[in-house]
Amino acid sequence: MNQTETYQALRQFADSWGLLAMTISFVVLCAWPFRPGGRKNSDEAATMIFEEDDHVRT
Amino acid sequence: MVTLVSRAGIWLVLLLLSIMASVAAHDTAFAIQAATVAVACLVGLIFAIRSPDYQRVSRGLAAPTGDASKYDDDVIRWGVIATVFWGVAGFLVGVVIAFQLAYPQINLEPWFNFGRMRPLHTSAVIFAFGGNALIATSFYVVQRTCRARLAFPGLARFVFWGYQLFIVLAATGYLLGVTQAKEYAEPEWYVDLWLTVVWVSYLVVYGGTIMKRSEPHIYVANWFYLSFIITVAMLHLVNNLAVPVSFLGSQSISWFAGVQGALVQWWYGHNAVGFFLTAGFLGMMYYFVPKQAQRPVYSYRLSIIHFWALIFLYIWAGPHHLHYTALPDWAQTLGMVFSVMLWMPSWGGMINGLMTLNGAWDKLRTDPVLRMFVMSLAFYGMSTFEGPMMSVKSVNSLSHYTNWTIGHVHSGALGWNGMVTFGAIYYLTPRLWNRTQLYSLRMVNWHFWTATIGIVFYAASMWVAGITQGLMWREYGADGYLLNSFADVLPAIHPMYVLRGLGGVLYLSGAAFMVINVWKTIAGSPLRAEAPLYNIDQNKANDVPLVAQPAE
Repeated sequence: MNQTETYQALRQFADSWGLLAMTISFVVLCAWPFRPGGRKNSDEAATMIFEEDDHVRT
Repeated sequence: MVTLVSRAGIWLVLLLLSIMASVAAHDTAFAIQAATVAVACLVGLIFAIRSPDYQRVSRGLAAPTGDASKYDDDVIRWGVIATVFWGVAGFLVGVVIAFQLAYPQINLEPWFNFGRMRPLHTSAVIFAFGGNALIATSFYVVQRTCRARLAFPGLARFVFWGYQLFIVLAATGYLLGVTQAKEYAEPEWYVDLWLTVVWVSYLVVYGGTIMKRSEPHIYVANWFYLSFIITVAMLHLVNNLAVPVSFLGSQSISWFAGVQGALVQWWYGHNAVGFFLTAGFLGMMYYFVPKQAQRPVYSYRLSIIHFWALIFLYIWAGPHHLHYTALPDWAQTLGMVFSVMLWMPSWGGMINGLMTLNGAWDKLRTDPVLRMFVMSLAFYGMSTFEGPMMSVKSVNSLSHYTNWTIGHVHSGALGWNGMVTFGAIYYLTPRLWNRTQLYSLRMVNWHFWTATIGIVFYAASMWVAGITQGLMWREYGADGYLLNSFADVLPAIHPMYVLRGLGGVLYLSGAAFMVINVWKTIAGSPLRAEAPLYNIDQNKANDVPLVAQPAE
């Protein structure tokens, strides 16, 4: 493959399957904390840094 | 005994090698740099021989290991001191170069002219002040949130001292004229290689600590810190690909040329802002703001979205530094569009931080450390609004190459990075040195106000100067010729340069309050006689790692 063909191949991959894969993974990663039961996990994670401060009410 | 001798032997070999490199060097600058390394090796050798407990060694006992029931905080204590030291040094050089621009007579050829002092300033504040703050706070946060001691304590010490050597080599190199002329990546090939070794060790210590954690969930602050460490490694490796001219000389030729080189440079440069100055400091924010406010972060789920959006969007924004250049138009537009999209995660993060205080805003009246954090978040919001706006091509045609850019960078650096670091230092110092509170909370307040007013002077004068420059450069007369030469613009902005220097002096004087405060706290001097302000009670008994208990 010469340089132009390499560029074309990479570019076609980037604006088709590459773009799709990036978009899907981004959406899934952002949606993941909103799955059922996600709120409880998030609340636990948010308050775990206070475990050593027993005087803090959360 | 064997380790003692072999350690001293390694230091001796390194010392001799660096002396040989210094003698055989191809240029004076490289000889001086190699001699600097030799001095560092000598110090290492002296400590390797002096520090062991010979009483124990003679009885064949191993060196005492750290107390497993406590966090490994030595490196963090050194890091806090280094952060304060490099901060003051960097701010001081910044004030000097600000006045060099206003009064060119202060340029002392050749070592202390603006061209050499400017990278000294940027590297000192970003990599020395900011970098030490990131290393220290990341080691603090990762231990507390994982409830585990640092993995590889020896390597953690190497990371700290290796990083200081990197700073010293880079800083002295600039004054000697050693540079590869890439903004924020000025150090030459041998310093780049050294930093790579240090940075990979940092990743190993940080990642190793996460792997041995006692908490099942990895707290979000660690996500930001880890992304900062990994991305900076990637950026550093790609942008610094170069071929040395000789193996004992201080010059190299970049792997990339022309517009490709420019794109790689600004892919690096903007993501240095995005991952060093943003992601890393957001790690700080997501731990210290909730801790100081004593409330969990407003929305943990928003912080996850903040994280992924930042990761997916930031990496594409670099081309906005190359508007109206030889870079293909589509790439410029891509950079602009991604920069504008970045507005959303940035403001999501700012709102998340600020709303953490929801229902506890009254704390701002009594807690000066929290005030630092809130001002820092406000500046994060302001500069991440200004940045996308300036990346729009039509705005950029006015703002680019003017002092507006400098003002924008400093509202981010002084406001966001500086203030969040000061807050973290004030949070950490009493805890690390086992004090009930800082020497003076009122002094934190003085620091807060001098720094804030300093930033206002800085940003406002640079806006006026930048827009003046932009408008004067594009002004046409009736005959179609440009009206102003470059030199015509300088008298117009001279008053703004002086005001900017004044802002810098104010910011530096705020840092002087911090030095006194941190110094007195560490020295354990009696608290300053003053009306009390709010101080968080510490629960020291619980500030310990979880140690596995043997089964009954």
